[in-house]
Amino acid sequence: MSDSKKPHRGLEPEVAEKLKQQAAELAESTQNGDYARSMTLINELSEVRDQSLYREVGRLTRSLHEAIRNFQIDPRSAEQQEALSKMTDASDRLEYVVQMTGEAANRTMDLVEETMPVASGVREEATALRDEWQRLRRREMEPAEFRELYGRIDRFFVGLAKDSDTIYGNLSEILMAQDFQDLTGQVIQKVTTLVKEVEEQMLSLVVMASHVDQLTGTVHQIEEKEESPEKGVGPQIKAEEREDVVSGQDDVDDLLSSLGF
Amino acid sequence: MKILIVDDFSTMRRIIKNLLRDLGFTNTDEADDGNTALPMLKSGKYDFLVTDWNMPGMTGFDLLKAVRADEDLKTLPVLMVTAEAKRDQIVAAAQAGVNGYVVKPFTAAVLKEKIEKIFERIQ
Repeated sequence: MSDSKKPHRGLEPEVAEKLKQQAAELAESTQNGDYARSMTLINELSEVRDQSLYREVGRLTRSLHEAIRNFQIDPRSAEQQEALSKMTDASDRLEYVVQMTGEAANRTMDLVEETMPVASGVREEATALRDEWQRLRRREMEPAEFRELYGRIDRFFVGLAKDSDTIYGNLSEILMAQDFQDLTGQVIQKVTTLVKEVEEQMLSLVVMASHVDQLTGTVHQIEEKEESPEKGVGPQIKAEEREDVVSGQDDVDDLLSSLGF
Repeated sequence: MKILIVDDFSTMRRIIKNLLRDLGFTNTDEADDGNTALPMLKSGKYDFLVTDWNMPGMTGFDLLKAVRADEDLKTLPVLMVTAEAKRDQIVAAAQAGVNGYVVKPFTAAVLKEKIEKIFERIQ
């Protein structure tokens, strides 16, 4: 293990120095047969060890606390500053992201559903008019029919301008409905930063705990917890780098056809 | 043609409903998980089931197995539209008797192709 070479993380130089010095003294007193002194030194040594452990745990706790305290999106707002648990706050923020994206998706779909019939209406009338127009060009049209067509074309132009405005307006609104990305992006970035900070601190705690385990000779029985594919595990990230995951519909189709589908 | 769409997210149900309407299927109902879907299927005379996999309550995979185990429903065509992308899962779904599998995110063209393929086979 590299632990013997590398000074323990968080072990201050003066502590390390003290340990070295005491170890040397211990060797000397043991050699000289001064066992009372040796025992005192051993006690002192373990005290130094305990203190440095406590200090390390204390330091990590402080930085963890700091990381959680620093998690604030809008420090100007008083009620946010008063939020008791920043972790709860983080899940609230993610809840807000779900809500914002949901609203934007629904708003967009409302507009799309409103616009589609307008577009198909224009298309239908244009097709009908083109047929009539061709009849006119082939001189298959009675004067009365022509007068009717004349009025219809007029109405079509008026309607076309109005429908184009509707379509254009709805497209603009669809564009505006995407403004959630800016807000949700900021929130997600903040939460990501918190998660990263907490992860780092947790990692330090785990490393720390493993040192404690090493010193005390503790062995833990940790059961492997596996996610159940039957329950569903959600979208796969970095699918193209993984063997056990399909990277798209083509992969699915290949897999299914290899199964005789 | 009566179709049941099962997904826990209303936006996804709405997208699928819209795409189905564009394909000419206007008679659709919605459910948000297997537990709500199964009684609807049993009483509703549906011709086609489109379901997500990962849902709270009863998953789409369990719904698929329940449908295949039911005497009246076992021949119902089932299309999975899901983000579940593990090979094992797709194999499991195929073995459980799924008729088509579409991974999210998907396109309108893919959904259309899979649905047409399923109906081609049935006829």
